[in-house]
Amino acid sequence: MSVQEKLIDIIAEQLSVDKDKVVPGASFIDDLGADSLDLVELIMAMEEAFDIEIADDVAEKITTVQHAIDHVNKVAG
Amino acid sequence: MSLSGKIAVVTGGSRGIGRAICQRLAALGALVVVNYVSNPAAAEETVKSIQSAGGKGEAVQFNVAVAGEIEEAFKKILDAHGRVDILVNNAGITRDGLLMKMKDEQWDEVLNTNLKGVFLCTKAVSRGMMKQRWGRIINITSVIGFAGNAGQANYAAAKAGIVGFTKSVAKELASRGITVNGVAPGYIVTDMTRDLSEEVTNTIKGEIPMGVLGEAEDIAGAVAYLASDDARYVTGQFIHVNGGMFM
Repeated sequence: MSVQEKLIDIIAEQLSVDKDKVVPGASFIDDLGADSLDLVELIMAMEEAFDIEIADDVAEKITTVQHAIDHVNKVAG
Repeated sequence: MSLSGKIAVVTGGSRGIGRAICQRLAALGALVVVNYVSNPAAAEETVKSIQSAGGKGEAVQFNVAVAGEIEEAFKKILDAHGRVDILVNNAGITRDGLLMKMKDEQWDEVLNTNLKGVFLCTKAVSRGMMKQRWGRIINITSVIGFAGNAGQANYAAAKAGIVGFTKSVAKELASRGITVNGVAPGYIVTDMTRDLSEEVTNTIKGEIPMGVLGEAEDIAGAVAYLASDDARYVTGQFIHVNGGMFM
């Protein structure tokens, strides 16, 4: 499973949305209905799934699906 | 009121108020994890009393003042039971002394156990509770945290700290079906108050409109209510159980 596929699974599960809504351009808050707690949970789920640490200042900038894919590719890829 | 199928963790559950809370939650059907730090015999006694009453309980040793021990213990609890539904932050110590004579260590010990421990344990269960969209966090504060007490600046600061912590976390977790409340005991008959001299005890009684010290079971009743579905719309609140000594 690619990073992108794995991330889409995680995001869909964490935010309780359909996988086909989790497109690269989607914003977690504006398009996928996440609130601030959802974002914290999502970041923690990403850290667990990819065995990475995401600092708070980095996490703040991860606001879309594409950002998440880029970040994981950069640090875990 | 039933807590059947719920998993509860009670810190400082081996003696005193904590033991009564463990027994009450177990009597209502919860499986109770009885935390203790230094007295395995007392914890076993609590567990036996639960089991002989037909309830489910087990003792788990960890020090709420030590982050690593908490992390490890909650991992084991989650591995064994899959969830924590109810957390009662009850563990507390006293290191009394007048401000002028209070040592840094007395301050740090009380703040670490009584306040930081509440933060660490709450954090440890919060994620699982968020996922399951149901949780009850009940923090045991004290009348001293609201009214203050000479010789207990450290204890009062920690207990007042719990009040602010409880309200903040209640706001953070409300949208996930998690309530965070507190119970503020007045003077309750426990080992902690049994050591007081007769003179002090009489002075205390004089300040209590009901004229007697409370029983640990009085606190357990308030905790049981907050843990139940009956209290689902109650969050960020404190129940004062003190015979009227502070209103």
